[in-house]
Amino acid sequence: MRIGLVNVTKAFGANRVLDGVSFEAEFGHTLALVGPSGGGKSTLLRLLAGLDRPDSGGIFVDGSELPKSEESLRLYRRKIGIVFQAYNLFPHLSARDNVMLPLLQVHGLSKTAAADRAEEVLLRFQLSAHADKQPGLLSGGQRQRVAIARALAINPKFLLLDEPTSALDPEMTAEVLDVIAELRESGRPIILVTHEMGFARKSADLVAFVADGGICECRPAEEFFGNPASPATRKFLEKILKY
Amino acid sequence: MEFLFDRAEKPAPLWAKGATVCALLAVYSALCIWVFSISMMKWEKVWEYRVVFLNGWMTTVGISAAALVLSTLFGLAAALARRSPFLPLKYTAVFYVETVRGLPLMFLVLFGFYGVANILGWNDRMAVGVLVLSLFSGAYIAEVIRAGIESVGRSQWDSARAIGLTLAQTYRFVILPQVLKQTLPPLAGQFSSLIKDSSLLYIVGISELTFSAQQVNSATYSTFEAYLPLGVCYLLLTLPLSLWTKSLEARVRYET
Repeated sequence: MRIGLVNVTKAFGANRVLDGVSFEAEFGHTLALVGPSGGGKSTLLRLLAGLDRPDSGGIFVDGSELPKSEESLRLYRRKIGIVFQAYNLFPHLSARDNVMLPLLQVHGLSKTAAADRAEEVLLRFQLSAHADKQPGLLSGGQRQRVAIARALAINPKFLLLDEPTSALDPEMTAEVLDVIAELRESGRPIILVTHEMGFARKSADLVAFVADGGICECRPAEEFFGNPASPATRKFLEKILKY
Repeated sequence: MEFLFDRAEKPAPLWAKGATVCALLAVYSALCIWVFSISMMKWEKVWEYRVVFLNGWMTTVGISAAALVLSTLFGLAAALARRSPFLPLKYTAVFYVETVRGLPLMFLVLFGFYGVANILGWNDRMAVGVLVLSLFSGAYIAEVIRAGIESVGRSQWDSARAIGLTLAQTYRFVILPQVLKQTLPPLAGQFSSLIKDSSLLYIVGISELTFSAQQVNSATYSTFEAYLPLGVCYLLLTLPLSLWTKSLEARVRYET
């Protein structure tokens, strides 16, 4: 998969989160975006997801530029899977209905086809026993697995995960990371924002360091962690790996 | 006498609550019977007019039911319009909600009938009555629904956009079902108000419940006997609604 940014700027009020970023990356399976909070990694992911539009500049995915209008962006989002940090699921719908909603309303599957597909993905993530529960009755880890199942059910071209484990305790984090690692095997490209450095090191092909309005460096995981090039990266890694 | 006090740290026993209700009922009924017996009750004469009461009650039920549906539609439309980015639509909704909420229903009824409907030559009193009542109640319902919509978190909108729902689909499948669950109790309260407020339509001569009671009163010269059933008839509508609301409040909660 290939992504490219050409002179992308995105500001919230006076705060320029991304400031004229140009960047290109090609990777087989997984690109991890790491960096300090407020450094722009989630903003970058939301731009790639077509949820926000850059103030200026162009974003390219596999060679084609993302459209500018909300209507075209919606059609673009239909083809990708997005999972947020938390509260992905609709609390009034059961796990099964959460998975079925996009299949029925966005992708035009028949009721039986959608139910079969939901059954299939829930089974894959060992969630069959919880299919009829509303999100409030599920653990945090189960909720994120349902969210991933919902994102995958539509057969997305790729997956975008925005800190999918940040709201979870260590045990649930492991449970969700296992699922993400397993996705890697299926060959669908993943771009994820994460604070789990061990996970990024082990299962990402490329790691990009996003801070201070730009991408400071982007290199294969082993090199990134073994021998960080930029001083900003080195300082960040030293700080978070200290304990 | 400690069992007559219900405190958070030491709740009253269930039997004490039940006994208190029974005892109070007995006392208050005795009081009522005493009042009845010292005054010259003319229940037979009022009984002759029972059909007038029944018709009035049916009219009140009919007006309330129609206004309930219409005011929900007005409220929903105004709430959505108020969230619209299109300024003329947004400000129309703001103007409607703020103006109507700032005016007494009495004014709206008088102005609606004599100021507007008369000039337009619209003589269907029931329809005008339902419309005025719906416009009045709709403004309050709009605010209830708007608050409900605003209480649904930003993450829900994001999730809906992420899976590719259109704005209309987002409202229909994600936002409004959650709003409905959250606003059912206040909405039911508003519907109860609507039933009571319909009594004001008597001033323009719609023969609803209150108007009927007045008619019975002037025909029989028996004030107490005419107005007591009036109160009972309203309670027959509003008490079940209130009980239903209470049960809803307990039932619609879901974990978030």
